[in-house]
Amino acid sequence: MTWLWFALGFWIAAWGLNGWLARSAHARRPGVRLLIPALFGVTLLILWEGIVRGLNVPAVILPAPSAIWHTLTGSVPTLWEDFRQTILKGGLAGYVIGCGAAVATAILIDRSPFLQRGLMPIGNFVAALPIVGIAPILVMWFGFDWQSKAAVVVVMVFFPVLVNTVAGLAASERMQRDLMATWGASYWQTLFKLRLPAAMPFIFNGLKIATTLALIGAIVAEFFGSPIVGMGFRISTAVGQLALDMVWAEIAVAALAGSAFYGLVALVEKTVTFWHPSQRGRT
Amino acid sequence: MKSLLPILTVLLAIVALWYGAAVWLNSAWTYDQAERAGTTVTFAELVGDTMAQDRPVLPAPHQVLKGLWDGVAGQAVTSKRSLVYHGWFTLSATLVGFVIGTGLGILLAVGIIHNRAMDLSVMPWAIASQTVPILAIAPMVIVVLASQGITGLLPKAIISAYLSFFPVVVGMVKGLRSPDQMQLDLLTTYNASRPETFWKLRLPASMPYLFASLKVSVAASLVGAIVGELPSGATVGLGARLLSGSYYGQTVQIWAALFAAAILAAGLVIVIGGIERATLRRMGMAQ
Repeated sequence: MTWLWFALGFWIAAWGLNGWLARSAHARRPGVRLLIPALFGVTLLILWEGIVRGLNVPAVILPAPSAIWHTLTGSVPTLWEDFRQTILKGGLAGYVIGCGAAVATAILIDRSPFLQRGLMPIGNFVAALPIVGIAPILVMWFGFDWQSKAAVVVVMVFFPVLVNTVAGLAASERMQRDLMATWGASYWQTLFKLRLPAAMPFIFNGLKIATTLALIGAIVAEFFGSPIVGMGFRISTAVGQLALDMVWAEIAVAALAGSAFYGLVALVEKTVTFWHPSQRGRT
Repeated sequence: MKSLLPILTVLLAIVALWYGAAVWLNSAWTYDQAERAGTTVTFAELVGDTMAQDRPVLPAPHQVLKGLWDGVAGQAVTSKRSLVYHGWFTLSATLVGFVIGTGLGILLAVGIIHNRAMDLSVMPWAIASQTVPILAIAPMVIVVLASQGITGLLPKAIISAYLSFFPVVVGMVKGLRSPDQMQLDLLTTYNASRPETFWKLRLPASMPYLFASLKVSVAASLVGAIVGELPSGATVGLGARLLSGSYYGQTVQIWAALFAAAILAAGLVIVIGGIERATLRRMGMAQ
């Protein structure tokens, strides 16, 4: 029971500290702005640990964070293999192909208002569909290895990126395009020097949405068949053995990979669209 | 309505491509069969055969439509082969999860708006959680809850709720903050209390944002319900149809279930869109 009381005490203390920090004059400092959410995260972990230990929750329901950490550090080679199979091979390949194809398609249909009017409602519609359901079909077509996972990812990321890119290509203003025309710029010069840069905030919006979709697609596709390596495979077999600490370790890896992937894209966005108002304000 | 013609053209092109791909992908099987029988096939026979295989690699559109029609209208609604039966099962989990998730999301957003500590500590995590492939945990939630004797609707509804929760939080926080300083100042000059400001200004102003995120979250909660059916050995639901179809190579069944799911998703988004239009018009916000 001491664990439970300690966790509850820590929770209340952290809550009070956070409340004080948020209201105090320090709240504007960048260090404190990082500290407050960090403290909240640590509190959640300690509360979790305390409840699991204090109430003797069996490990098959919810393992304690310390047990998960133990598994995580103890099976790094397995996790690395899974990470490579699912994310580096399946996820990344699909992401690059899917996003590339979507941007290329957007540039192609941008020249034809007719195609745009026809394709955009369909693209918006498809973006809302449960595309993940296509996974069993693609696994049948492309086999159990990473190629089928990449195919699922391609289909999943294509439409969000397409819709965003088409919206972005329309983002440059009439005046700006007229200016390019007065300089005698060709279609391609206008595209590369004005319209693509102007579209970048929109494209990156799509790319950021696509990072999460790529991970979900790659992992879920493995539930329908995979070689004996991969994060989705490990999750589904570990669930079967009720080895929940392994499952949570995989989830932790997926969460880290997802955040890192997202952060990377956001970082590239920051360098590419340094001129955009949403990036300029924060230094 | 002027976009109707382009949409139809694109749809026709997709169907034509689909037929072409069906002939191309299914031809291997036809050639194989012909070779074993020691006969050769003409092109017309080839096309005819690829349209009517039992387990095609890619079923032709009319086969999928027939599968869908058989599943919806050809069976009694209570039959295990009926897509209405499976679809209803998935839909009920989706709706329960959607209602729970939306309710919690709105509550959390209200908390974030009114408490600065919550804003600073919860919001970064809510955004970070978007980058985590939550869907991948779905099977685990199902199995763990099943080992505790909780089966049926609730586990899937929890996953749906979890997925539909964050779009609502993010949208509602944005929406509740959308009134500008001038409007807030006006309410201060009226000596309005915080609850009054909330009910009379913030909440009405957030409606367009709420509906935009509801459309995202209802689609997400359907995905959650379908994925939640995958690993649990469930025998009922659209996800279970997908899984059993992939086990037994019944491609037509997979495609029919997929189309049923797509129609369900479209229906849900359209219903929300209708409610949105009606609400915003009564509030005088629709153009």
